[in-house]
Amino acid sequence: MKKLNLVQNPYQDDKVIDACSIFGVMDTSGRRFSGEGITRAIANMHMRGNGLGGGFAVYGLYPDYVDHYAFHIMYLNPCAKTDTEAFLKDHFDTVHAERIPTRPTPAITNPPLMWRYFLDIGKRRLEDLTEDDYVVNRVMEINTRVADAFVFSSGKNMGVFKGVGYPEDISEFFRLEEYEGYLWTSHGRFPTNTPGWWGGAHPFNILDWTVVHNGEISSYGINRRHLEQFGYFCTMQTDTEVIAYAVDLLIRKHKLPFEIVAKIMASPFWADIDREPEKEKKLYRTLRQVYGSLLMNGPFTIIIAHQGEMVGLTDRIRLRPLTVGVKGDMLFLSSEEASIRLICPDLEKAWIPVGGEPIIARLKTKSPKPVSAKKVTVRAD
Amino acid sequence: MKTYLPARFLVERNAERCIRCKVCTNQCSFDVHSYDSEEDCIQSREENCVGCHRCVIFCPTRAITIRKNPLEYRENYNWRPEVIEDIIKQAETGGVLLTGMGDDKAQRIYWDHLVLNASQVTNPSIDPLREPMELTTFLGRKPDRVELSDDLSLKTEIAPQVKLEVPVMFAAMSYGAVSLHVQESLARAATEAGTLWNTGEGGLHPRLYKYGKNTIVQVASGRFGVHAEYLNAGAVVEIKIGQGAKPGIGGHLPGEKVSAEVSRTRMIPEGTDALSPAPQHDIYSIEDLSQLIYALKEATNYTKPISVKIAAVHNSAAIASGIVRAGADIVVLDGLRGATGAAPKVIRDNVGIPIEMALASVDARLRQEGIRNQASIVISGGIRSAGDVAKAIALGADAVNIGTAALIALGCTVCQQCHTGKCAWGICTSDLFLTKRINPDIGAERVYNLLRGWSVELKDIMGGLGVNAVESLRGNRHHLRGIGLTDTELNILGVQMAGS
Repeated sequence: MKKLNLVQNPYQDDKVIDACSIFGVMDTSGRRFSGEGITRAIANMHMRGNGLGGGFAVYGLYPDYVDHYAFHIMYLNPCAKTDTEAFLKDHFDTVHAERIPTRPTPAITNPPLMWRYFLDIGKRRLEDLTEDDYVVNRVMEINTRVADAFVFSSGKNMGVFKGVGYPEDISEFFRLEEYEGYLWTSHGRFPTNTPGWWGGAHPFNILDWTVVHNGEISSYGINRRHLEQFGYFCTMQTDTEVIAYAVDLLIRKHKLPFEIVAKIMASPFWADIDREPEKEKKLYRTLRQVYGSLLMNGPFTIIIAHQGEMVGLTDRIRLRPLTVGVKGDMLFLSSEEASIRLICPDLEKAWIPVGGEPIIARLKTKSPKPVSAKKVTVRAD
Repeated sequence: MKTYLPARFLVERNAERCIRCKVCTNQCSFDVHSYDSEEDCIQSREENCVGCHRCVIFCPTRAITIRKNPLEYRENYNWRPEVIEDIIKQAETGGVLLTGMGDDKAQRIYWDHLVLNASQVTNPSIDPLREPMELTTFLGRKPDRVELSDDLSLKTEIAPQVKLEVPVMFAAMSYGAVSLHVQESLARAATEAGTLWNTGEGGLHPRLYKYGKNTIVQVASGRFGVHAEYLNAGAVVEIKIGQGAKPGIGGHLPGEKVSAEVSRTRMIPEGTDALSPAPQHDIYSIEDLSQLIYALKEATNYTKPISVKIAAVHNSAAIASGIVRAGADIVVLDGLRGATGAAPKVIRDNVGIPIEMALASVDARLRQEGIRNQASIVISGGIRSAGDVAKAIALGADAVNIGTAALIALGCTVCQQCHTGKCAWGICTSDLFLTKRINPDIGAERVYNLLRGWSVELKDIMGGLGVNAVESLRGNRHHLRGIGLTDTELNILGVQMAGS
């Protein structure tokens, strides 16, 4: 069995520590646009990374394959490709497979082999599993059992492109100016205790969920132990992993909307809860009592995205930066305001949200979920 | 029979300083000092001295020094002076050796082998003087998840919770074992600090009912002072199965301590011995415990968490798991160093396991079984400082109880004479001449000050670690490292070696 944590965390530190630049942009009308702008924006924050990891997530990427799981897989050798494809053949119907187009880029050295597969579960019996659970389990199997293969993107109509290098170099390498999507997120990485490997770059992905993250979660130890009770085992030992699992538990399994998840991961202070009206006071108090172990404590800014939704959130005392910009249907999230203004000089407004306040952008074409949490939600519509 | 016991201490009186004011003769409850009017001097009976330092502190001219008697036996690692003297005592009495306070032996204190983390560079430390720093803790059963209806209102109704402003409570010390003034001091300090004190097994004196919402009322094997009004007076009802100082042993409050007020509160005749049986006679297995838990829930109309206190013993993890499944909302673990008003010395010093190990294994077991949310864990037994509290929380405790530390705040010097009923500091006695030495106005202030000091220190520790809520430290063993521990010890504690 492959020890992913040994690749990710060769010195076996408590967890991987890194700092970063992050950027997200969404057109809430659903209009698709190329990766050229976000590449310029993230490149403007070059100094926040150190060239050991960069990446992008794109939604609305594969309109011709909207109903198929799009697996992006990196192979360190051709043997891994043979093994993985045999595994895929056993577990999926492969609708289409191709090499991910790249271009030679001076800054990118020794890239792994990159392939993408459009997969269907077909008539396979899932017993009591949902389709999503089935796919998650297969991704975990490849990532932990098949030597030298790593699935780094597994959602529908979306894709992750990432690797070792500055994000602008990764963009050039993957020819991202040729792709279009209505929602893009990006990340430039500054790891301090790992040499950096292609799979360790952000965005972190499972199904169509992606997380880009800047910060270090000081509550990691208890977050991780709490998640273990629900069957999530942190094999990569990264903060981003616990955030991703917490989001999966709270949103997918416990069916809580993001407005509520924000109140768990960056919960209001007791003193603020006590000032709320009776109904909210009881709600927030109960959330903290029950989910106290999922409070993400310590500095972080995250951009979480899935189909149709992008959310920016900082820790409750905002120890990492986040700026929001809005113009028409476009909503921007960035570590630095200058990067937003670089690609959108005529912003209608830009502001720094209060710590712990989620910024939620939703696709207008989908009927929005019921939302009561006042003032915490900012939609670009 | 002539006693072969030598004096433990020497009493040195500086004749030039002594003004024969007789404060020492009045203060000493062990009859060490006496005034000789013929010679106009103070005499000492050193063999009675217990080293409590009451006379030293109250001598207005600082004329008294108490020293260890340097009586030198021939060196022998096995036959140490304490061992020799214990044998002498038993040869002269033929009885069980009784003692007070907690285990004083040199078993490893794991707190001293654990160190905490701090933030440097990659995550910032948080300054508690500038930023909010939250110690608020809720004890009680929690569900695994919250369910909301479509309009985001709560569908989940959670079990009763009790709020602590600081995760430090006072350990159970009964009226009779300690004086009413001591209980009142603790009750007032708990109310002021937003935490809980515990009646122990001695009922609740009518004067203390007004502190009910900061009170844990205990139901132990003797059922002393237990009635409907008592159960409903407190914030939590605690079933006491065992005590760290004397696991498997009952209690015995001698008849001379059962004064009129104690008799009224305990609901037993004045002057009779109050015997607490070793087991609860209606609990011979886990299903019986479950029945008592639900009987108490019924009696209090499901409005209060029910706590179960056990001594930390070899299979605490399995027992705690059973207790949680039996319906307890809080599990209290009392470790090897847990103290007592009176216990057989052989039990106190030889039975039970260190609280650090019990806590680590219970927390881990409840998590493995996915039931950690269902009960809060409280530990006690030898907690000395905010550092110990922080380490206990990081190992997995929701809160800790302090007994000895609170008594030290009131004046106790840990002379281990609690069982004699002659406490010169007026703490562990029902002698009215002595109990008035504790003034609840001053006592409450001293104990509150201790809690305040610890909570400021806890906030400093948390801020340094980079977390601003105690729930982010709770069970967060990544913030602990071990020093000088074996692999097995580290493994049980679930912490890594310093440097790794």
